[in-house]
Amino acid sequence: MIDWRLPEMRFGMFLVWRRNLLVWRKLLIPSLLFNFGEPFLYLLGLGLGLGRFVGELGGLPYLTFLASGLIASSSMNTATFEGLFSVYTRMVPQQTYEGMLATPLEVDDIVAGEMLWCATKGLFSSSAILLVAFLLGAISHWQALLCIPLFFLTGLCFAGPAIMVASFSRSYDFFNYYVTLVLTPMFIFCGVFYPVATLPDFAQSVVRLLPLSHSIALIRPLATGQEISQVILHIGVLLAFALVSFYWAVVLVRRRLIQ
Amino acid sequence: MNNFIIKAENLKKSFNGEFVVKGIDLQVPYGGCFGLLGPNGAGKTTTLRMILGQSPLSGGDLEVLGLNVPTHARQIRKDIGIVPQLDNLDPDFTVAENLEVYAGFFSLSGPALQHRIRELLKFVELSEKADVRINQLSGGMKRRLSIARALVNEPSLLVLDEPTTGLDPQVRHLIWGRLRELKNSGTTLLLTTHFMEEAERLCDDIVIMDHGVILSQGHPKQLIKNHVEPEVVEIHGEMDALPGILTEQDIYRVEIVGETIYYFTDAPGEIIRRVEDKPKVHYLHRPANLEDVFLRLTGREMRET
Repeated sequence: MIDWRLPEMRFGMFLVWRRNLLVWRKLLIPSLLFNFGEPFLYLLGLGLGLGRFVGELGGLPYLTFLASGLIASSSMNTATFEGLFSVYTRMVPQQTYEGMLATPLEVDDIVAGEMLWCATKGLFSSSAILLVAFLLGAISHWQALLCIPLFFLTGLCFAGPAIMVASFSRSYDFFNYYVTLVLTPMFIFCGVFYPVATLPDFAQSVVRLLPLSHSIALIRPLATGQEISQVILHIGVLLAFALVSFYWAVVLVRRRLIQ
Repeated sequence: MNNFIIKAENLKKSFNGEFVVKGIDLQVPYGGCFGLLGPNGAGKTTTLRMILGQSPLSGGDLEVLGLNVPTHARQIRKDIGIVPQLDNLDPDFTVAENLEVYAGFFSLSGPALQHRIRELLKFVELSEKADVRINQLSGGMKRRLSIARALVNEPSLLVLDEPTTGLDPQVRHLIWGRLRELKNSGTTLLLTTHFMEEAERLCDDIVIMDHGVILSQGHPKQLIKNHVEPEVVEIHGEMDALPGILTEQDIYRVEIVGETIYYFTDAPGEIIRRVEDKPKVHYLHRPANLEDVFLRLTGREMRET
């Protein structure tokens, strides 16, 4: 029996979000090291190293091009890994949700809270890269700060599908399918490392359906002072992914936990 | 409002067309301890989950604290505490933080909560462990913390799913003592257990379930009186040394399980006289208990679930 009812939005989601924030605060130092250390290596190694051969790309120095793509993909990666591994850990081995469901919280609150949290972590990690990119001189436009809400939106958009995958997974190994078949292709093909326009026409039309392309289409010009086009379309696609995947994640987690 | 904290009529639950709870009626009065007993697969945990609104009903009516389940499940859970079968404490938090975060889910906070947490830790004798991480606690400490956590919202109904399974006797007795205190202070306890001694000590009313139906209900002493003879003699050893197994079924009810013979009777004298001087035959004479009732009603076959 599947419960197809639409999720209700309640204050409870912030209680779930708060629980995760409190745990994160305890692991602050290793988290920050990861958040700052990784992008620093990427930008230094790829951006400066590879940048010397590439020169300019899409009218931008390669370091700037890469940084403005990584701030988008980092939110995707962070939100996805939180939605897969951490959500699964709390759902299955740790039975954290079982404990929450013994309180006035419902699956709707848990999934909404987890999505908010995944997006928050995405925002943290993308903001960390933005800061590193700023310190390296790769990004210097003030309007790059306007990307911060978009980091959150990008995180939301990828949190839902990740929680959906976690909800029907039987083990951590299952996530390899999603990471290899869905996440990594987006990371490689959606314009983080080179412009989508350089791909063959057929590939371009596929890539333009993927949410990371829309995220980058907003974030890159905003961060580098270029002109943005089709804002409504891009935001609409990201929001649609977030909302539809939220609904499905709630239905699937209900199916797993409320039997 | 009626007089029952839980009232179920014709309660049913099926998974993929197979019924695991087959239309049971339950009436749990306010106050006291109510026991739900049964072997693995009897439908106990499923029944509990329905009561908590964590499992949709397949049929029947269910009221908890005077409110309909599932319509008011969230409101009902505000006033229920749950001690789960497997501890699901938060390993990332300390003992006190576990209580604090969990209380947060009930929207409780502030100085009143801090006071409550100190009281609860004292109640389960974990005051010294307030700042210790969960993975440094023993099984017994975790279980005590689970009980404290279930009490954080000052519930009217405390639901315990096999609360002392796997614990050593010291902890078990401590927990029994605390549960009795709660009962005396007016909290209603609903308990599932495999442990007949626990049910006999704590429960005022017991339901024995198997295969999704209720087999019997009553006070432990009443159940023993209704279902088995008052005394039991168990015999095992070299049966060849016996002059022949006593099988006068009209005086004794005899059960043979493996190498052991059980005589259920109200006049054990004759059996004891025949076996007491046989050196290679061992016997145990004891009053009948709830376990005898349980095995009588649910059979002796093993349950593999």
